[in-house]
Amino acid sequence: MSTLTATPGQTIGPFFGYALPFDRDNELVPPGSPGAIRLHGVVTDGAGAAVPDALLEIWQADAEGAVPSVTGSLRRDGWTFTGWGRASTDCEGHYSFTTVKPGATQTGSAPFFAVTMFARGLLNRLFTRAYLPGEQFASEPLLASLPNERRDTLVAVADGHGFRFDIRLQGDGETVFLRFPGHRQ
Amino acid sequence: MTTVTQHDISAEIKAIDADYHRAGLEETQPRLDYSPYRSSLLRHPTKELHHADPEAVELSAPCFGERDVDPLESDLTIQHNGTPIGERMVVTGRIVDGDGRPVRHQLVEIWQANAGGRYVHKRDQHPAPLDPNFTGVGRCLTDDDGTYRFTTIKPGPYPWRNHHNAWRPAHIHFSLFGTDFTQRMITQMYFPGDPLFALDPIYQSITDQKARDRLVAAYDHDLTTHEWATGYRWDIVLTGSRETPFETREQAG
Repeated sequence: MSTLTATPGQTIGPFFGYALPFDRDNELVPPGSPGAIRLHGVVTDGAGAAVPDALLEIWQADAEGAVPSVTGSLRRDGWTFTGWGRASTDCEGHYSFTTVKPGATQTGSAPFFAVTMFARGLLNRLFTRAYLPGEQFASEPLLASLPNERRDTLVAVADGHGFRFDIRLQGDGETVFLRFPGHRQ
Repeated sequence: MTTVTQHDISAEIKAIDADYHRAGLEETQPRLDYSPYRSSLLRHPTKELHHADPEAVELSAPCFGERDVDPLESDLTIQHNGTPIGERMVVTGRIVDGDGRPVRHQLVEIWQANAGGRYVHKRDQHPAPLDPNFTGVGRCLTDDDGTYRFTTIKPGPYPWRNHHNAWRPAHIHFSLFGTDFTQRMITQMYFPGDPLFALDPIYQSITDQKARDRLVAAYDHDLTTHEWATGYRWDIVLTGSRETPFETREQAG
């Protein structure tokens, strides 16, 4: 049981764009390398408008389901899979990662990308998951606990080069965002 | 369109504050739905955050090392040929988890305005001067004890467009990683006694005074160095701790 109260979060604000992005931040593997896929999507607000000043991060297992514990995300060498990446949305609210399909970390578990997002106007970070389509979801505790229409917000859609995962901050089709144990109001 | 004044915003802040005290339930984090911060209106989820037990990948965090961060990146005053203008200061503190255990060898990123309150960002239109010797971006890794340390320039307050004559208290943005992914956070560190605290809807989106105080660094004369720099200390606690699914179930029961 946690004994210390966590420091509060605050919004990332409008001016992170010159500070947090870095060279190849969204390329967990080089584009076009064997097994490379794209995970991309659009972030929209409660009016359906694009959110052009959001920052997304993903954290994932490798294709075999192993969770990486290697350094080098900030200075990518093109060969080491660190499992973590960062992408800013563009003026149309679109983000894109080049990565690999995550494997299941345990037999029978449904693989997913762990996602964190930040934006101007968003007062604290949000966590979500992007599951891969076509997996067995019945035994997945989080997905099983959600009604169908809400569950669908956590499942990426296959497209030409990988998967599309849109995020809706508010309103119709609002993405399911997560509270983990230890996260207080 | 009528102009929204500081008076209007302050009245909204005060009304929410009164409701918070009436309700008597302690909050420790900012509200996502906080209308005095106008940009939050369409950017907060309306549904409750959904409980999830962290899975294997979420119980670990990305690793960063000396390959990622040059030690010189922690000194924001030496990134150019000249010396930046403003109050040179050291800011340091410890990062721990909810059990008080140090978060070792983990990445800390900061960014901030210069002494005049201007960011090196093309969308910052505040007519204060850019400082050719100050970018305002730094990184470091915490040490064996979870301690981070930056040398920088004290940032100035700056105007923004939330409402007429809106000014942000001086702050430094901090981006933090923990030992598991669920601890990932971004926040802002403030300076003691800032006269803009009561007026600022971003700071006030944290409804509890004790929680707000957790974002305010302490001036520490023992960190201040003779004829060189002032010193501020700011310790950080990340959410929760490394919990196993078994412990989580026990708590839920």
